[in-house]
Amino acid sequence: MSASTVAFSDAQLAEVRRLQALYPDARAALLPVLHMAQETFGHISLEAEEYVAGLFDVTPAHVHEVVTFYTLFFRQPKGRHVVAVCHNLSCHLAGAPEIIAHVMRRLGIGVGATTDDGRVTLQAVECLCACEHAPMMQVDDRYEFGLTPEKVDQILEGLR
Amino acid sequence: MTAEKLLTRNFDRADSHTLRAYLETGGYTAWQKAQTLEPAAITEEVKQSNLRGLGGAGFPTGTKWSFVPKNHTGPVYLVINADEGEPGTFKDRYLLERDPHALIEGMLIAARAIRSPTGFVYIRGEYVEPWRRFSAAVGEAYDAGYLGRGFDVVVHRGAGAYICGEETGLISSLEGKKGWPKLKPPFPAIKGAFGAPTIVNNVETIAHVPHIINRGAAWFASLGTKTQGGTRMYSVSGRVTRPGVYEASVAITLRRIIEDLGGGVTGNGRLKAVVPGGSSAAILRADEIDVTADVDGLRNAGTMAGSAGVIVMDETVSIPEALMVVARFYAHESCGQCTPCRESTGWIYKMVRRIVEGRGQKDDLDTILDVARRGAGTTICAFYDGAVGPYISYIEKFRAEFEALIPK
Ligand SMILES: Cc1cc2nc3c(=O)[nH]c(=O)nc-3n(C[C@H](O)[C@H](O)[C@H](O)COP(=O)(O)O)c2cc1C
Ligand code: SF4
Ligand code: FES
Repeated sequence: MSASTVAFSDAQLAEVRRLQALYPDARAALLPVLHMAQETFGHISLEAEEYVAGLFDVTPAHVHEVVTFYTLFFRQPKGRHVVAVCHNLSCHLAGAPEIIAHVMRRLGIGVGATTDDGRVTLQAVECLCACEHAPMMQVDDRYEFGLTPEKVDQILEGLR
Repeated sequence: MTAEKLLTRNFDRADSHTLRAYLETGGYTAWQKAQTLEPAAITEEVKQSNLRGLGGAGFPTGTKWSFVPKNHTGPVYLVINADEGEPGTFKDRYLLERDPHALIEGMLIAARAIRSPTGFVYIRGEYVEPWRRFSAAVGEAYDAGYLGRGFDVVVHRGAGAYICGEETGLISSLEGKKGWPKLKPPFPAIKGAFGAPTIVNNVETIAHVPHIINRGAAWFASLGTKTQGGTRMYSVSGRVTRPGVYEASVAITLRRIIEDLGGGVTGNGRLKAVVPGGSSAAILRADEIDVTADVDGLRNAGTMAGSAGVIVMDETVSIPEALMVVARFYAHESCGQCTPCRESTGWIYKMVRRIVEGRGQKDDLDTILDVARRGAGTTICAFYDGAVGPYISYIEKFRAEFEALIPK
């Protein structure tokens, strides 16, 4: 990605200012703006960190510290879809290890990796707090419940 | 007694999240009434109701509100903890999705009590649908004039970090920093978000407030035990027939939660153990479930009510393997600020894994217990104590099962 592509549109810059004005201290809008940055640029590169720092009264080092702290921010390009299978206790009891092994076989990648065609990034994550539907996973913005190998296949096939 | 539904009464309605459905079922009448009450009278009513915080610590809500300095001149903030992340807990997700206006009405009343002009609702980043639903309800409440006339609500999304559920970690995160907890005191009620007095309450805690105002403290208190009023939402998961969210009096026993609400152990199996309050609660054996599931009942039983996430394990479950999964979670989520927590969580996870994989050594169990006990109570926040509870209780109560995995 070239330097010129890491920039918000005018409408987005207006949204940044709106978000900053919601808080007693504008810096509190950092997380919401980082969410915007990730949606816009795909992931948060060092360049994007610097760009966002410039929109706030903070150093790039501060933004870097924040970005690296949270699991939902990607510092490397991710797949077009993120499949995050819960491996915490209730899902574990309901067979999460088998589900994760199945997804790995189907995609041909390990946990933390992205398929060669850039289609899917696979993650194993902590409790997504939908344990009543274990085993479950998050696919992009959606929660998928009551997973079986067949259901997983269907879901994966739907990801383009 | 346990039949009364307050928080979940509308969950069956397909449109339960809308303002219209909320108004049809008595919504915002408590707010009307609260506007005729002095702030101190609201706090007093909540005190008398024996409402205890339902996010984890079980602190009396009215008492917490009364800690806001009386003569304070600057702003006071209300922060709602919707960072739900305690393994085994999923109640706040239901409230945000299915009855968002109950939280908004509760916030209006709480804000009047503590004289707060602004409330922040911190929703975990993974909860995209709950965030959309709640934000839509906030929009409705602005359009209808409930919000924007002396009280504003800002909806804030987290970005994935369990520790941001801890109230001082949450405040750091809300301020645009990494979610590092802070040493208390000062407590947030004195110096919290943006340096101002701040009341942090859980979603479910605040959703109860309209009912207390509408029907009175005495009625609410009578629903529960002597020291905790009302109902709460139990999240039941694991090896049970009907996993789900169930609202019941806090005076219900753990046995009835598992057998009557959860439908008993899956496939008529036998109960082996249960974690009563989210993964940070100490584990109980099958013969320890005849206790009331209120804050003090479970404290007396050597565990905690926590977030009321009830995780059920039957005879097929390996307790060492369960502890390995729990230990992996704490190792992953430690914020790394305190040495005992940062080092021990990683180290204990490796030890338990090695035992589960058949590579344990004779002294491993005692070493884990020793390390766990020594760090307890020495850290900045309660995260580490929440890890120590499971380490010690799983091993002490099921020691033979661990020993059987260690080569002689
Ligand atoms: C490690 C840790 C995680 C926590 N996670 C949550 C959480 O996800 N949601 C919550 O409401 N409280 C959580 N708490 C409790 C909060 O610190 C705080 O006590 C609570 O939000 C206060 O609200 P309440 O009095 O209404 O319960 C957590 C505490 C600790 C130590
Ligand atoms: S106890 Fe653990 S999670 Fe809490 S502040 Fe210390 S290192 Fe961070
Ligand atoms: S354990 Fe998987 S959603 Fe809670």
